[in-house]
Amino acid sequence: MSVLDARDLVIDVPGRRSGRPLNLSVQPGQVWGVLGPNGAGKTTLLHTLAGLNPPRTGSVALDDTPLNTLRRRRIAQKLGLLFQERVDGFPATVEETAMLGRHPFLSYWQRESAEDLRRMRAALERLDVAHLKHRLVSTLSGGERQRVAVATLLTQNPALWLVDEPTNHLDLHHQSAVMALMREQAAAGRALMLCLHDLNLAARWCSHVLLLYPDGEACWGEARDMLVPDALEALYRQRLRVVEVDGAPVFVPVNG
Amino acid sequence: MRWRAQASLPLALLALGAVIALGVSLGVGSASISLEQLWAIALGEGDNLARTMVLELRLPRALSAFAVGGLLAVAGALMQVLLRNPLADPYVLGISGGAAIGALGAMMLGLGGMLASTSAFGGALFSTLLVFGLAHGRGGWAPTRLLLTGIVVASGWGAMITLMLSMTPAERLPGMLYWLMGDLSYARAPNLPLALLAVTCIGLLPLGRSLNVLARGPQQAAALGVDARPLEWGIYAIASLLTAVAVSTAGSIGFVGLVVPHMLRLVLGNDQRLTLPACALAGGTLLLLADTLARTVIAPEQLPVGVITALLGVPTFLFLLYRSGQ
Repeated sequence: MSVLDARDLVIDVPGRRSGRPLNLSVQPGQVWGVLGPNGAGKTTLLHTLAGLNPPRTGSVALDDTPLNTLRRRRIAQKLGLLFQERVDGFPATVEETAMLGRHPFLSYWQRESAEDLRRMRAALERLDVAHLKHRLVSTLSGGERQRVAVATLLTQNPALWLVDEPTNHLDLHHQSAVMALMREQAAAGRALMLCLHDLNLAARWCSHVLLLYPDGEACWGEARDMLVPDALEALYRQRLRVVEVDGAPVFVPVNG
Repeated sequence: MRWRAQASLPLALLALGAVIALGVSLGVGSASISLEQLWAIALGEGDNLARTMVLELRLPRALSAFAVGGLLAVAGALMQVLLRNPLADPYVLGISGGAAIGALGAMMLGLGGMLASTSAFGGALFSTLLVFGLAHGRGGWAPTRLLLTGIVVASGWGAMITLMLSMTPAERLPGMLYWLMGDLSYARAPNLPLALLAVTCIGLLPLGRSLNVLARGPQQAAALGVDARPLEWGIYAIASLLTAVAVSTAGSIGFVGLVVPHMLRLVLGNDQRLTLPACALAGGTLLLLADTLARTVIAPEQLPVGVITALLGVPTFLFLLYRSGQ
């Protein structure tokens, strides 16, 4: 059974021809990497899969139910989305922010329970931001805010994670830690789709890859089949050299 | 600091403050009435003159002041969440300007009382729809666009108010000026605004957490399971209704809607489940005290209550803001 199904899906990027419709299903345990140059529609795709943007054509199903027949609350109980950019609104502490992840599971009159508090604190601990819990999010560094956002998603704990650039602003250590968390989630039976800019993160951590071209073309499949230098050089219009480190390919951009 | 502010203690303190303010307001005036007398009147005793004065003059006015203050503060808090901007309030958005045109128009024609209030209510709703209609492009809800539209419409109303004042015969001017600065001396029917305030506060309680999520923007809210569009429309409609009722009861009283929510946020944080009821209590208490001062400082003359709210609120607000920046 697949968590997420896209059937003949064309995302709506204004002023672009429709290109190739997407037909893909994301299964539990898979980590999908979405790769493409700036403006290829990675974020639009993620938002379309989450039901925030209507598709131009085609449909998306979550657990075999068409997305557009589900209420937002029901969707949010199964599907979590990490945005690339976030609005701070009014000042809020790290704990208050992460606790928002429990919102889809609480009824109107319910307050957060001890169990919700435990989950939220465990998520802060896992993302290494527990020591910041009483700080206002607006006073944190970019990387710390990114980890708080991931902790919010972990507090939500959905079956499907749609993550727009999980490693944004993160230092090397936390990049690895966050990617390890993603794979750990997949191993626990969740499905993940990550927009990535770093080919090497995709090569190391993703089981499947979707390549999005600026003209709407796309191809997808298992990571080892997709991450071949010719396809990637065409995708980014950038010459690459490949070296192997610990059995995984590492792509290095070269001049010329 | 703790995970979230305990809701009961601040609300209990604010409620206590409101009761004390009510007591002061009922006792103080041209003839002061002691606490024992007030207690006797509350029990249905006491001499007739004092009873009449408290129950028929001071109590309706005090309750009106409380209700109007609460409505304005809650409306301001809602607008600020909706626009994700601490500068938003019903006045900035042009709602009170529309109400003023309605009220002053009626007064120019020599109408007063109920008719002026009804006309103010109509003006407020008209302005609400105008701002909303103009700001609501096809791209959906853009806070900046709504705020800008509101500000421009408000300044348009401001010019029309000046025009109306300059065309009005001198003997009708004082009433109009008092209305513009807020005046509770004709507020004799507190039931509707009080009921609206109570219903709104109770009705908003279950939505508080959704509003916390909405403050992160409609996309984030949708991703966390909030149906953002209907909630936004609902909040705008409710905030406009609260403002229209407040303004048609007491004229245009600025400042409460902007500053009370902001002061409370500085002290209590940003959980709408706490801030909204706290706004109702604190806004009510502020206006109640301001009105008590307005009718006693230069008695038997009365000051416009809007002057007092500004004179009390500005330094308090600046102090809190200054301290929070330390």
